Amino acid sequence: MADVITLTYDISPDDFTRAGEASSDVKSKLKQMGVPPEAIRKVSIALYEGEINMVIHAEGGRITVEISPQRIYMVLADKGPGIPDIEKAMQAGWSTAPDEVRSLGFGAGMGLPNMKKYSDEMNIETEIGVGTTVTMSVNIA
Amino acid sequence: MTIEELLKKEMFRTVNPGEDKERQITGVFCCDLLSIAMGKAPADCAWVTVMGNVNTIAVATLADVSCVVMAEGVQLDETARARAKEQGVTVLATEEPVFEAALNIYRELESAGA
Ligand SMILES: Nc1ncnc2c1ncn2[C@@H]1O[C@H](COP(=O)(O)OP(=O)(O)OP(=O)(O)O)[C@@H](O)[C@H]1O
Ligand SMILES: [Mg+2]
Repeated sequence: MADVITLTYDISPDDFTRAGEASSDVKSKLKQMGVPPEAIRKVSIALYEGEINMVIHAEGGRITVEISPQRIYMVLADKGPGIPDIEKAMQAGWSTAPDEVRSLGFGAGMGLPNMKKYSDEMNIETEIGVGTTVTMSVNIA
Repeated sequence: MTIEELLKKEMFRTVNPGEDKERQITGVFCCDLLSIAMGKAPADCAWVTVMGNVNTIAVATLADVSCVVMAEGVQLDETARARAKEQGVTVLATEEPVFEAALNIYRELESAGA
């Protein structure tokens, strides 16, 4: 795998039955490519949390995944409401998830902390009323 | 202990057999909140939960748990059942509460020496 492989997914809003499909697809592609299992698990967890956040908190968006021999680079861009206070949002336990999604098991306020924990690098750019772009990378050891 | 070996103890019903009954179970994890399970469930564990929607299956696949155990007689909903089939996720079920279900698996793991 000398070249960079790019995968792109459009994420539809409020569709919890499809949520996780992009992450699952990335997982199976990484497996086919022979990426080490530890790196696959990190990508799967970090990407799923980001994907779900786009479904719950934004109006969907677009995920781009670039796979190179050294690392997996993920960009999650949405045109949602933006995050007013990133520091607060990053805290374990902080959540504005509505009751409907809490009853499905979301809303622990652990998604962003998981993304931070399972990626080797993470950055959030957000603007109120414009959207949020999260970038993460996982190194292939 | 493998999934197959756990099934032989006849403590659990099989909701979906999954693609790999020879897969090892190396621990037990309990929590219904998905992001906590995602962050803390160790790979290859048996995940005991009462949350039976499609997101449970997504988390099980992505966190790479060995199997899902539905406690308290809770059913997987139809979409979740279909997704489990499609993704090859082993799902078991019991009428026991979460703690007892997990304890039973733990005891089997201990006596299997794994
Ligand atoms: N893409 C996003 N757009 C707007 N707000 C977001 C976005 N992602 C996260 N947030 C905000 O940050 C908060 C914390 O996110 P986080 O993923 O940690 O927890 P959660 O989604 O509320 O619950 P959990 O992920 O544990 O199910 C959210 O409740 C929401 O207010
Ligand atoms: Mg979240």
